[in-house]
Amino acid sequence: MSEQKLQSQTVQTTGHAWDGDLQEYNNPLPVWWVYTFYVTVVFAIVYWTIYPSWPFGKGWIGGLSNITYVNSAGETKTHSWNTRALLMENLNKAAAEQKPYFDKIEAMSYAQIAKDPDMNGFILSAGKALFSDNCAPCHQAGGQGKIGFFPNLTDDDWLYGGTYDKIHETITGGRHGYMPTFGEVLSAEQIDQLANYVASLSGIGHDAAKAAAGNTLFHSETAACYYCHGADAKGRKEIGSANLTDNIWLWANVPGAATAEGKVAAIRGVITSGLNKGVMPTWGGRLSPEQIKVLTVYVHELGGGQ
Amino acid sequence: MQTGLEEQLGLYQKRIPIFTRSVKGKFRRFKTTVLVLAYAIFFLLPWLPWSRPDAPAQAVLFDLPGRRFLIFGLTVYPQDVVWLALLLFIAAILLFFVTGLVGRAFCGYFCFQTLWTDFFIWIEHKIQGERPARVRLYRQPWNREKLLKVGSTHVLWVLASFWTGMTFVAYFTYAPQLVVDFVTGQAASAAYITVSALTISTYAAAGLMREQICTYVCPYGRFQSVMYEPETLAVHYDAKRGEAAHGRATVRAGRGIVVERRRAESAEPVAVDRRQTRLSAGERALAERHEKGLGDCVDCGLCVQVCPAGIDIRDGLQYKCISCGLCIDACNTIMDSFGFPRGLIRYDSEKNLASPNPTAPKLQWKRLKTIGYGVALILMSAYLVYSISTRGSYDRVVNQIRQPLYVVLSNGDIRNRYQVHITNKAAQDQTYVISASGIPAAALDLGNFREITIKPGHSGLVQASVRLAPELAEHTHRFELVITPRGKPGEARSETVRFDSPKEQHE
Repeated sequence: MSEQKLQSQTVQTTGHAWDGDLQEYNNPLPVWWVYTFYVTVVFAIVYWTIYPSWPFGKGWIGGLSNITYVNSAGETKTHSWNTRALLMENLNKAAAEQKPYFDKIEAMSYAQIAKDPDMNGFILSAGKALFSDNCAPCHQAGGQGKIGFFPNLTDDDWLYGGTYDKIHETITGGRHGYMPTFGEVLSAEQIDQLANYVASLSGIGHDAAKAAAGNTLFHSETAACYYCHGADAKGRKEIGSANLTDNIWLWANVPGAATAEGKVAAIRGVITSGLNKGVMPTWGGRLSPEQIKVLTVYVHELGGGQ
Repeated sequence: MQTGLEEQLGLYQKRIPIFTRSVKGKFRRFKTTVLVLAYAIFFLLPWLPWSRPDAPAQAVLFDLPGRRFLIFGLTVYPQDVVWLALLLFIAAILLFFVTGLVGRAFCGYFCFQTLWTDFFIWIEHKIQGERPARVRLYRQPWNREKLLKVGSTHVLWVLASFWTGMTFVAYFTYAPQLVVDFVTGQAASAAYITVSALTISTYAAAGLMREQICTYVCPYGRFQSVMYEPETLAVHYDAKRGEAAHGRATVRAGRGIVVERRRAESAEPVAVDRRQTRLSAGERALAERHEKGLGDCVDCGLCVQVCPAGIDIRDGLQYKCISCGLCIDACNTIMDSFGFPRGLIRYDSEKNLASPNPTAPKLQWKRLKTIGYGVALILMSAYLVYSISTRGSYDRVVNQIRQPLYVVLSNGDIRNRYQVHITNKAAQDQTYVISASGIPAAALDLGNFREITIKPGHSGLVQASVRLAPELAEHTHRFELVITPRGKPGEARSETVRFDSPKEQHE
């Protein structure tokens, strides 16, 4: 019986013959395929009513699904479904979820924030995101900075001070490090003497005689280095002048030089040409006060603060 | 391409509906027992209360928003995902092991498709009657009776499907609350979507598609066939005995046997001598058949009528057979009634059936594959049990901060920083104390968090920094961070971490 059925199915044709004997099979579509097709038709109609679908006049049919969001200008907008609006809606939601934390941050003092384990977790994640978005381009992802360009935030040396207030001040108002050019004021020999003296302060290999001469020069009115770096050469935080006695180098790439001569040469370079590139922009208007507060605690934790 | 005796299906063949006849016997009894047990567990488990301090009082609750599975006294966190892997592995090996021994036992007795189909057929049987009545109903034109019977069957199917979906969702949220929320429209949209999807799929799979799921959809049934070996026990028709030289033949009425059977049934319990005569009558009839070269199969067709897959087991082992054993029950009933020996259809191995001197079928496990599966099964199960029973009360991960790897401080000291991540898996708040070994105690700086208290199921992060003098840093390449739950010194665990310094970099 099934053989017969098979037979009858195999010879089913459209009923038309071309060229005398050329016929076309008329095999039905599989039932599951047909039903799946009907289901997709229904799905499409439902989809059209919910989401934007057809062009209509100068616009399009928006569908029933609307998204309401608050844009960056603070205006509430309602729009038919689109991924941009969806993103805005999700950002609104995320901001709403973060709000309790930021509210708490605003109300708490730095000392309180630092001791609160919950806040600590929030600072580590939110701070990292803020740091990556705003600070990392210069200070690098981990805050390690770049010698010759941007200060390392993970060490224990702070040009302008490492207290919460000082860090806050730095982020809010920005900084501009400056050192005059001595290449035209001093002779090459004098600069060499100064460089040897500065090297001696950090225990780097140097010429003792030149260093002694440099010491005199450092404290003399000719070079007047002590005006900014202080008589003890430890720098002055109120103007951001560098501590020359420690092992931290920002402008002269001393750690990168292999030989003692190289290290002295690096110091000589900075003295000769001075620097006018230590600019950190102002973040006061760009980030909200709470965001700056989060960043302050985050940066403070990077290097252990003061 | 014809490979077996079974009918070749046309590509566009319409499904022929199957109306199974109910049958009694030990396989039917076993199937019913499994069904009742499985349903009792599945449908009642979400309602079992279990008091917990910080979670709904439900014995088994898969708390997805809370990222944890609560299973009686055990809380499973995402970190324990290896258990899931083990469980899946064990399930797979168990399937291989059992299939190698007794064929598609999973399909026939335990698969939810089989269980739900069985239950749906039971509903159908209760409302529409035994097979002949259902066939008659199917063939008759639509009238009041047909509308009523078929309609109520489908309504009951949909209700059963709905409650199946509800029960499934009840595993993921507090069950009593779910039912209330569901009715009042307060439940999560995920609940409505899941319940609808499961209602539709259960209704379609167990009510409408049935054996087609096993034949066309399910991959497991198909790949289990490669696990069969000649020694594997499976539901077989003893063709040698059933067909003999001249094939099957019906028992003609008037030979005394049928009449005898009817009388015997009406006069239960049969007296010993009556049974004796009946047996001897059966033996006589059998001897007569054998003389004529006829097989023992009386071609009653009952094995086909009871088959939920709609096949004829007498065509041999076939991929559609889900190995449920109902044809064995059916055949044994008939054999009994004629006084013929049982087991014309039975669990047996291909090897035994083909041998010139078949022995009684027995489980043959002394095979490399079976033993291998068995060993894997035992090892993995033991490891799972061991892993669950010895799980620590907390997880810890120590990461060295790599940007930068080290920092040179103003006095030349080297500092490395670490993040210690602790997850509390215990049922109560726990305080953890962090210390170091292999470096001076003063070198470890934990900032404001010398110790950290973490809520159950939560994680905490501690920043640790280690500061060493250059001479010491040069010789320190590794040290250990020790995490001790306060009050449980026995559960202290140490993690070995690297210490990097510039000297090391130049090497």
